[in-house]
Amino acid sequence: MTRHTQRQHPLWQLTLMRWRIFVREPSALFWTYGFPVVLALALGVAFRNRPPEPVEVAVEASPGCEPWRDTLATNSHVHVRWLNPQDAREALRGGKVSVVVGLLPSPEFLGSGKSSGPPRIYHFDPTRPESRMARAIVDDALQRAEGRVDPTSVRDKLVTEPGSRYIDFLIPGLLGFNLMSSGLWGVGFVIVEMRVRKLIKRMMATPMSRAHFLLSFVLVRGAFLLGELPVLLCFAHWVFHVPIRGSLLLIVGLSVLGSLMFAGMGLLIGSRAQNTHTVAGLVNLTTLPMLVTSGVFFSASRFPDLFQPVIKLLPLTALIEAVRRVMLDGAGVTAVANQIGIMVAWGLISFVVALLMFRWQ
Amino acid sequence: MDNSPAIRCRGLVKDYGSVRAVNGLDLEIRVGECFGLLGPNGAGKTTTVEILEGLLPPTSGDVELLGSDWKTNGDSLRQRLGISLQETNLADKLTVEETLRLFRSFYPAGPEINELLELVSLTDKRKSWYMKLSGGQKQRLAVACALVGDPEILFLDEPTTGLDPQSRRQLWGLIERFKIEGRTVLLTTHYMDEAQRLCDRVAIVDKGKVIALGTPRALIESLGGTDVVEMKCDGPLDETSLSGLAGVHTVKALADGLSLTVEHLHKTLPLLLSHLQQSGRTLTGLSTHHATLEDVFVNHTGRHLRD
Repeated sequence: MTRHTQRQHPLWQLTLMRWRIFVREPSALFWTYGFPVVLALALGVAFRNRPPEPVEVAVEASPGCEPWRDTLATNSHVHVRWLNPQDAREALRGGKVSVVVGLLPSPEFLGSGKSSGPPRIYHFDPTRPESRMARAIVDDALQRAEGRVDPTSVRDKLVTEPGSRYIDFLIPGLLGFNLMSSGLWGVGFVIVEMRVRKLIKRMMATPMSRAHFLLSFVLVRGAFLLGELPVLLCFAHWVFHVPIRGSLLLIVGLSVLGSLMFAGMGLLIGSRAQNTHTVAGLVNLTTLPMLVTSGVFFSASRFPDLFQPVIKLLPLTALIEAVRRVMLDGAGVTAVANQIGIMVAWGLISFVVALLMFRWQ
Repeated sequence: MDNSPAIRCRGLVKDYGSVRAVNGLDLEIRVGECFGLLGPNGAGKTTTVEILEGLLPPTSGDVELLGSDWKTNGDSLRQRLGISLQETNLADKLTVEETLRLFRSFYPAGPEINELLELVSLTDKRKSWYMKLSGGQKQRLAVACALVGDPEILFLDEPTTGLDPQSRRQLWGLIERFKIEGRTVLLTTHYMDEAQRLCDRVAIVDKGKVIALGTPRALIESLGGTDVVEMKCDGPLDETSLSGLAGVHTVKALADGLSLTVEHLHKTLPLLLSHLQQSGRTLTGLSTHHATLEDVFVNHTGRHLRD
């Protein structure tokens, strides 16, 4: 055999290998690029801003209640039904109506008796927000019709502008979630799969550098990101008009950092596991708690104060919070310095620990 | 090149928990030699080879390759070896050519990809994904991956296991061409015909130890006879009276019968049969064949390789 000394750089070849394997796997492509868009579309449609729906109200079909029914029927915020008392209660229990308006059975209970009409009773469930709201709207409408005069005049100004809708909140969350799952699965799972196939062992039997091997995973994650990020952002921008108030460059930077951080965590997760079941369990164990607590679908501040310090230190919380603040509030780099620090720490610690405990055989 | 052996190990021991996979194994393999490690599954062949390849640390014992050892010269040794593991699944969705380019990039020097493809007869499969290759093609690609760095020593761990006869012969041809270039090959196998055809010397390994060492011809000749008779009877036979028969060299009890090495089958067989008749035994099974390395193993252990 003839000896030739020219060759391509091993890091380039390793990265190319990872890239080829990825783009030849249709399901991996879908989970990385298609799924977040489908999810954003589904959630965006489900939570799209609609004109406020009328509240569902039942008025008991008893003599004396007709004026209430007629008043409420003219109110556009109320959808009223005329039901006999028993059916009305049933509708309330079944959630078909939020409040039932009826006659108070023994009016003497009210004492002073200043009431101009027959006294009313509202049946509603105070633990259901829509029930409480319905009671307030109904009472307000009836009292006014009966001649109540409000001491202060008020006017409503309606605000439903881009930037404060659910979809605006959701897009940074989905971006973070996508970077997390593609990082952990794309690195952790793939490494264990290579270990199971003894491919890592085979490569260790060559003069390949371990650092090149691990670095190729991180580099490819960075390359995928260049596709992931524009897909989701352009989709959000064109379909839902989600605003990008801060610097686009900062968003890209934060995403790169998040991507590298999760690549490091993926290496750590895949560093010891000897079969794909173990690594799948580990990835789920990592992603599911963060999916719930890190503010992907709803604000992390809904959890009790006791947990807030922990939640704030989670890698996904840091990433999503930073992207959200830059995108929606137009925050600059100093405003998200804490989050950047948390992400750098997670990425570095994971990478170093992974390197130390990696099972090469 | 200096005179140090290509591979030398002394007192090699490897424990897995309480199981001793390799039990004080010594080997010395000369430069340019094709050396075979033979033995049944679980004999410790793969463990031994992986220790020699620097993939496993031994529990105790010394290993020296090309005059260096793994601890001090691991990195430079890697560049001089070509390794084909017993079972490697290369990446399913990389093509033959991409796989070779990847492995080639790890080595400072080596043959061109086209030359390698030609050598392992995969030129027309260069654009095929690994997962689309046949077993023989996959194995040839694995050998090509071992050759990308132009190695001085080639390790092949059970290269033909599970292949059809044609693929096996194709791979043998490949190994023979490598031998002609004067390089060292260490081959493990449990196919005796493979060892007999390819190896200059073989070590027969059982239970983590070398139980016989030599050229295939010398090992077979050590049996004394040129043919082997294996027989089963309906009752016990007296081994000593059998070994007294003219032309019988050795008698070895097997789990379910006897194995005899004999010199002239056509003369000895009638004697055997009449001896059985006199002893009042009836044959329930009889087979004969020319002596092979397998019979050397049987002769040492009383077991067949496939037992």
